[in-house]
Amino acid sequence: MSIQYIYPEFEVIRNENRCIACRVCERQCANEVHSYNEDKKVMISDESKCVNCQRCVSLCPTRALKIVKSDCTLRENANWQNDTIKEIYKQAGSGAVLLSSMGNPKSFPVYWDKILINASQVTNPPIDPLREPMETKVFLGKKPDVIQRDENGNIKCEMPPQIELSMPVMFSAMSYGSISYNAHASLARAATELGILYNTGEGGLHEDFYVYGPNTIVQVASGRFGVHEDYLSAGAAIEIKMGQGAKPGIGGHLPGAKIVGDVSKTRMIPEGSDAISPAPHHDIYSIEDLRQLVFSLKEATEYKKPVIVKVAAVHNIAAIASGIARSGADIIAIDGFRGGTGAAPTRIRDNVGIPIELALAAVDQRLRDEGIRNNVSLVVGGSIRSASDVIKAIALGADACYIATAALLALGCHLCRTCQSGKCNWGIATQRPDLVKRLNPDIGSERLVNLMNAWRHEIKELMGGMGINSIEALRGNRLMLRGVGLNEKELEILGISHAGE
Amino acid sequence: MMMKREGEVRIPSGCAIAAVISKEGKRMSGQKIYECMKPMHDRSNGLGGGFAGYGIYPEYKDLYAFHMFFDDRDTRKLCEAFLKERFEIVQSEIIPTRKIPEITNEPIIWRYFVAPLKSMTEKMQIDEKEFVARTVMKINTQMKGAYVFSSGKNMGTFKAVGFPEDVGVFYKLEEYEGYSWTAHGRYPTNTPGWWGGAHPFTLLDYSIVHNGEISSYDANRRFIEMFGYKCNLQTDTEVITYIMDYLIRVKKLTLKEAATVIAAPFWSTIEGKEDMEEKERLEYLRKLFPSLLVTGPFSIVLGFDGGLMALNDRLKLRSMVVGEKDDKVYIASEEAAIRTMEPDAEKIWAPAGGEPVIVKVKDGAY
Amino acid sequence: MKRVYVNEEWCLGCHLCEYNCAFANSGLKDMADALKGKNIFPRIHVEGDEKISYAVSCRHCEDPLCIKSCIAGAISKVDGIVTVDRSKCVGCMTCILVCPYGALALGEEGTMQKCELCAKNSCGEPACVTGCPNKAIVFEDRG
Repeated sequence: MSIQYIYPEFEVIRNENRCIACRVCERQCANEVHSYNEDKKVMISDESKCVNCQRCVSLCPTRALKIVKSDCTLRENANWQNDTIKEIYKQAGSGAVLLSSMGNPKSFPVYWDKILINASQVTNPPIDPLREPMETKVFLGKKPDVIQRDENGNIKCEMPPQIELSMPVMFSAMSYGSISYNAHASLARAATELGILYNTGEGGLHEDFYVYGPNTIVQVASGRFGVHEDYLSAGAAIEIKMGQGAKPGIGGHLPGAKIVGDVSKTRMIPEGSDAISPAPHHDIYSIEDLRQLVFSLKEATEYKKPVIVKVAAVHNIAAIASGIARSGADIIAIDGFRGGTGAAPTRIRDNVGIPIELALAAVDQRLRDEGIRNNVSLVVGGSIRSASDVIKAIALGADACYIATAALLALGCHLCRTCQSGKCNWGIATQRPDLVKRLNPDIGSERLVNLMNAWRHEIKELMGGMGINSIEALRGNRLMLRGVGLNEKELEILGISHAGE
Repeated sequence: MMMKREGEVRIPSGCAIAAVISKEGKRMSGQKIYECMKPMHDRSNGLGGGFAGYGIYPEYKDLYAFHMFFDDRDTRKLCEAFLKERFEIVQSEIIPTRKIPEITNEPIIWRYFVAPLKSMTEKMQIDEKEFVARTVMKINTQMKGAYVFSSGKNMGTFKAVGFPEDVGVFYKLEEYEGYSWTAHGRYPTNTPGWWGGAHPFTLLDYSIVHNGEISSYDANRRFIEMFGYKCNLQTDTEVITYIMDYLIRVKKLTLKEAATVIAAPFWSTIEGKEDMEEKERLEYLRKLFPSLLVTGPFSIVLGFDGGLMALNDRLKLRSMVVGEKDDKVYIASEEAAIRTMEPDAEKIWAPAGGEPVIVKVKDGAY
Repeated sequence: MKRVYVNEEWCLGCHLCEYNCAFANSGLKDMADALKGKNIFPRIHVEGDEKISYAVSCRHCEDPLCIKSCIAGAISKVDGIVTVDRSKCVGCMTCILVCPYGALALGEEGTMQKCELCAKNSCGEPACVTGCPNKAIVFEDRG
């Protein structure tokens, strides 16, 4: 088509005084934005291909580059905003569903940012984490109802399988295929070093990563890719993925182009075939079917592995969670509407689901109202961005948090949100060998470990300020939270008071 | 904004506590316990004082003794009608008090000695204690103007707004004799003072006096409320009493086990245990009841039928000392209080954080 | 002794090491001043193609052939580092012929230059190592 309806979104600004034409930008851009003009001996760029991943900016040795938002603008219109109009142009040209990646970027309220944390003054003492023990260890899993004793009256210390975490954070599901071998290696190694868990996602478990089994959650999703007996037994826990926050109600689609080599082998499907995960599990059309899958998996692993059921936060999440808590599952994972994805239809990503803060508060309260909170542990994800988000989630009632976007950021992701292209310049969301090698797991795992250690320090500081020296005493401790700028309904759902009350 | 009533808002509170028990079951007059609060006068602020005595009603020892506050006569009549549907009321009377200028605005204070109707417990398929607990919970949550502040057998609590030493005089405690006594002086920071809000807090024969402000409150409350308890007063003492009732009566833990739940040893301490059975048990209880770990400063004395247990938080953030003399064991926030009860007390020591001190009256002596 | 090692698994062929090397040995403070519009003469070279690449620099051999071959006695070993005395070098390029690794090259002035582990400039650690974005080049004592 000869008419360019859409002006490029970004501009590549090159400071010619600084550019030494080393061409690292050219070599590092999989989108082929940069090139070298031999005649004029200068670098030139085609910004129409730029996705603003900032790889060139980060590697330019003289800081000669920056990427800025193009100021070429359509006439302002509060109703028909620029992005909306451009999407129309795109669809009028392609006739296709719009695709996006990573989490919902729209300006819905972020409740974490409207919640404030308490601290001790006078009536009880803050605790200094540098001087006193400060415990962040948690156990996830079902707690038994009845304490049994032997004939001598001693407690029989048998318990359903539990997951032990050194801190209440885990790396959430990202499949091998949607992210690279090296990204998985980084997550697995970091989880092992940190004493937490990472999650295979629905891509099976590469044979090289079985050694990290004690720190692995193996996922069983609707496509059942890569699921076999050894796989189920390899991990510390099994997760049934019913839904994902970024795309509730739909399945997944990993294009054949990414099903190459080890990805195909690990998924147990032919090279080049599209990996399509159906929207539902076709053996689960209702809650009683879920119970059967939960127990099938428990049978297959001799009741040694806790089973997690992961669902997207949707409108009636409290009732759904109540059903899951009675299904035999040990842990419920809830993924909020801001959760990330390697690819999702834009309309679904941006319009379906509810905020994790509200979902968590509603579920925790519902399970308590029904007296079944002890049946399950609660893990929440879908945009946990910092240690303070973790603290707020725990105080609202979560046992632990799942992070994925934050982990990818630690690996270098710049949230350009074009994972679906498969040309991730950071070596994360790609299977191209020349790009995958850009993520050295020695660096990746170290950065993840650093990030989590930093959060752990911050969590301890925040706990100490509240006079709490064990994370258990924070869980569900909603008095430690206050809302600011929230209406009564929001406060009621969150189960917290307004600041000043 | 109107100042909120107790029960409408959480009330932190500093305090003084004291207790005495005779291991031989020898009965002591209540006078000593209220006099021992005098040297700790400054630990209270006049907004609450109270006592629990065990073994004080030997003539009614098989009956539940309900001590109650009523706002007015009508409420009392209404409540009595309710009680009659559920219990045989063997005796009902005004609790005798002494008019003194230090204590004013008293509600109507009655006591009832009752036995649950078998037909009711059978209908509800629960045991007698559970039935009594539920009844107390029902009155205290649903009957406005009526409040049960003591519900055990052969024991009773006495509490009021005022300094504890005055409260003892008000209730004429010198006329009661018990094998153990606990005492509490209150320094609340968030209440105009309410009779029901004074301590000890009790349920059945469990009574708690507590000093400190716990930081785990809402985690503990929201957990325990899953099991039929209702934290109406929003005080630490209330929630700790329910936790102890749940762990000991419902979950059948021993006192020591219950102590390791609420003041659980640090994971690093558990790791270092050489006795494998103990290590396994501590680990199990911590994993099983994470939401019942109580953090922040507390020193408590739990009174129960035939004994006392004193316990500090695991960091020992509140003072508490123990002393002995002959068959008696004394516990108090300050040694001065112990010396008032027994000038020659021996072996004064400060128990370590999380280390329960359990004293039981010898079998058959109470 | 600590030496520069390259792991081809992580070499991206980005050539940044060459520019960092040239800059480090330029003596200038600003990279653009040092390198803009100039041909560069780095002491490390990236070899390879799009599939596999590898940065090559001096191994500081135990028994260096270059020292033996130097007709002017310009190459010697100082504290384990194979060093060129450029005032003695006559530019005969015999050392280039004998070095099995291709680690030597002509410098801008026509005399030999080679990696001297940034011992003579102010970098501290070799600049190629510090600047490698993927830890493909490391400075380690492997005995």
